[in-house]
Amino acid sequence: MQIAPPDFDRTFGALADATRRDIVRRAIGGEEGVAELAEHYPMSFAAVQKHIAILERAGLITKERIGRRKVVRTNLEGLRVARRLLDQYEELWRGRVVRMTALVTQDPRRKNDDRYRGTERS
Amino acid sequence: MTVTAVRKDPERLTMTLDAEFDAPPDRIWQLWADPRQLERWWGPPTYPATFTAHDLRSGGRVEYHMTGPEGDQSRGYWEIVEVDAPNRLVFRDGFADADGTPSTDMPINEVRVLITEGEGGQTQMSIESIFPNPAAMEQILAMGMEEGLTAAVGQIDAILAEDVAERSSGR
Repeated sequence: MQIAPPDFDRTFGALADATRRDIVRRAIGGEEGVAELAEHYPMSFAAVQKHIAILERAGLITKERIGRRKVVRTNLEGLRVARRLLDQYEELWRGRVVRMTALVTQDPRRKNDDRYRGTERS
Repeated sequence: MTVTAVRKDPERLTMTLDAEFDAPPDRIWQLWADPRQLERWWGPPTYPATFTAHDLRSGGRVEYHMTGPEGDQSRGYWEIVEVDAPNRLVFRDGFADADGTPSTDMPINEVRVLITEGEGGQTQMSIESIFPNPAAMEQILAMGMEEGLTAAVGQIDAILAEDVAERSSGR
């Protein structure tokens, strides 16, 4: 089963920085170019440019040409990859809790009407 | 569903899951402390776990293997960090080779279990899971956790029906 594309490590590395996470959030609408984005941060244009390059390599943002302008836009699919692994891990533990619940509720001292509580139909 | 909250932090590589049970803390502790009980929930129905060692003391070891539908087996172990029955258990969950030796090239994830008494005879269980790095998380998921998770969830009804059958047959 393919869990994540090979650049997964890069995705997380790119997201490990607060400025870059902020750029990802701001670029969801895809309205600003590099220069406009740079104005939001107390750092040099070159520094912001570098962050954007890292995000671009990680597939988290793309640069798009709209008429004569070039805007930075978040690649939502890239962002979802980061979330997906934790989602799978959550599923694993949810499955375990369901089984734990089944064990606990089958105790003879538990009431019958408790039996189907806390279960989810799929 | 008794899962009351899930917090996932992709940057810190942690997942915390809170669950609530309609049973006292001692009963929930047994789910971890009794290997025969553990076997009934650790692995999904398609990959049941068998615990072959279970020394639930600080510095102790727990060893298990999971058997797939094709008879394939994967081995794992817990390295117990902290035990305070019936409230707290901290362990490192790792992979082992076919002979039970811990794999040095395989990642380990730390699991922190907190069991507390709630109101009205209920018990809260919080599971905090920490991965050392993104690559480790990916590897752990690829190795041990693809095993029919969907099947596990989809078979809940079957498990419950089996419990009903077990009980009505007087076992």
